[in-house]
Amino acid sequence: MSVLVNKNSKVIVQGFTGSEGTFHASQMIEYGTNVVGGVTPGKGGQHHLELPVFNTVADAVKETGADVSIIFVPPAFAADAIMEAAAAGIKVIICITEGIPTKDMIQVKEYLKDKSSRLIGPNCPGVMTAGEAKVGIMPGFIFTPGRVGIVSKSGTLTYEAVDQITKQNLGQSTAIGIGGDPIIGTTTKEAVELLMNDPETDGIIMIGEIGGGMEAEAARWIQANGTKPVVGFIAGQTAPPGRRMGHAGAIVGGADDTAAAKMKIMRECGIRVVESPAEIGEAMAEELKKAGKI
Amino acid sequence: MNIHEYQGKSILKSFGVRIQEGIVADTPEQAVEAAKKLQAETGTGWWVVKAQIHAGGRGKGGGVKLAKSLDDVKALSDQIIGMQLVTPQTGPQGKKVNKVLIAQDVYYPGESKTSEFYMSVLLDRAKGRNIIMYSTEGGMDIEEVAEHTPEKIFKEEIDPKVGLQGFQARKIAFNLGLSGDAHKDMVKFVAALYKAYEATDSSMFEINPVLKTSDNKILAVDAKVNLDENALYRHADIAAMRDESEEDPTEVEAGKSNLNYVKLDGNVGCMVNGAGLAMATMDIIKLAGGEPANFLDVGGTASAKTVEAAFHIILKDPNVKAILINIFGGIVRCDRVAQGVIDAYQNIGNIPVPIIVRLQGTNAVEAKKLIDESGLKVYSAIQLKDAAELVTKVLA
Repeated sequence: MSVLVNKNSKVIVQGFTGSEGTFHASQMIEYGTNVVGGVTPGKGGQHHLELPVFNTVADAVKETGADVSIIFVPPAFAADAIMEAAAAGIKVIICITEGIPTKDMIQVKEYLKDKSSRLIGPNCPGVMTAGEAKVGIMPGFIFTPGRVGIVSKSGTLTYEAVDQITKQNLGQSTAIGIGGDPIIGTTTKEAVELLMNDPETDGIIMIGEIGGGMEAEAARWIQANGTKPVVGFIAGQTAPPGRRMGHAGAIVGGADDTAAAKMKIMRECGIRVVESPAEIGEAMAEELKKAGKI
Repeated sequence: MNIHEYQGKSILKSFGVRIQEGIVADTPEQAVEAAKKLQAETGTGWWVVKAQIHAGGRGKGGGVKLAKSLDDVKALSDQIIGMQLVTPQTGPQGKKVNKVLIAQDVYYPGESKTSEFYMSVLLDRAKGRNIIMYSTEGGMDIEEVAEHTPEKIFKEEIDPKVGLQGFQARKIAFNLGLSGDAHKDMVKFVAALYKAYEATDSSMFEINPVLKTSDNKILAVDAKVNLDENALYRHADIAAMRDESEEDPTEVEAGKSNLNYVKLDGNVGCMVNGAGLAMATMDIIKLAGGEPANFLDVGGTASAKTVEAAFHIILKDPNVKAILINIFGGIVRCDRVAQGVIDAYQNIGNIPVPIIVRLQGTNAVEAKKLIDESGLKVYSAIQLKDAAELVTKVLA
């Protein structure tokens, strides 16, 4: 089962023939992901990586039955690409692109309201169901199929958590990189909820960072509805206020944005919060033991 | 991106927002000329001399003064230009003032009392929509108003489908207690302000105070304008307003090498791939007994060239007593990064501080071997925990 993507997902790549799209599509195919084609306007009818190229997402859906799309188009055209995928009925849209203007994302969010699509990202590493489908840019070899789900705003910090879980001889169900922008399609709470309802996930790692209120919202939801152990980490305990730390959304504006404030709420809501990112794997193993899952 | 008050006001004015008029000056002589010109244009009898730096709280630090004569304009400009202005937002070292804005006096007496309001336009992240936040408590620190009298802060949410509507602007004017001409002028002010925000891809406008003059006009006395850097590609005119002298020179240099660097005050420098891991590495340094000297994301391709550029940037900071390199190799191979570190080390020559290299991911074992056999004074680790222990060890 797992969530969002699995071995039966039919994946198309928007921005297929560009250098990023080409490189990552090859890696995804190599991992065994069921990539069925791609979209590059004006190149419809050609073949790329031995797969068909389409002019529009609608054409791709019609011909291949695609239900998942991954987007590698440049920031100026990415909002348009997301809306095109939604209009064509793609169920899960994963946008890797970093640097989309906020105004464009306000419109995208509004556009998606009455559509059935779920957007993951933008500015994210993608979604990976270990052993089944890699729809993103993460290194596949660090994953081992297992029962720990991961939700994270950060790319390399997700890899860190994945690696620590593997080193504990546990494995991952699905890792969801939700992205580090101020406006993203799927919130921490929504991603946690998906994993909480997934029968193949026993424990959840939730990695946040400074800025915004998504971790607090997720923590309150977990307190009310949680049925599985959750381990949390918030990056940026040492970040100064008012400075943007790489990610467009990673900025301490007010008191609720700080790592300390988020960690406090998470602890109050029963989440096992670790101070050091080096302790994520161990903490998860301990919590799963306590819950009798290993 | 931040811009100066005078630049922000020029943007507002171009969208029909009434502002406190002013002319920018680099020298006391220019300031006097500006004051004369302003008098001719606006009839103002007094002037306000305002330091132009990218930080708030300028009045508290002595960067905003009232001049009642042209002699005052000259003397005050002479005093403010070149000063190291310390405000609650600049840190103790302050910021050097290079320009002053000579502005008209808008607090002149008249038929009614003047009032000051607060208004900002910004993104509500939770809703994914813009809001106009406003208050009757103008001219004060809004964080304090929010803490002590939150009932005096109002928010108006803008529906992205239709934009700001007339009834919303009227509601704002009513909530601010305005009637008659002042009410009408506020409605126009709010509409023009929101239009400017949208059209320029701004990420924040903060107008504090918005003034109702004694003759019932509404105008922006100050303007803090923040622009969405991701959207600057479609606003070349605004992008040209960037003032690099207001930024940390090392941060500017890092930007030119495509490194995302933020200078901090600690003693352990770091070099990391990915923003989240970079923040987490700063946290690790603190937990290991050090203080992070910087945030530095080298991005997805940590080549020898980027590593070398990053070394140069970090080593400019004399407080740095050790450097922690933390790379999780996914797409980027660790042995290549290790070779990059070794090459950079040899190119730079003698690096005076200990270096800890933690490489994990693709080819991590080969990478550790390369580092260990290089003969350089570099400590290597694979696990994050081991890297943290090494930080503690070298600081001891």
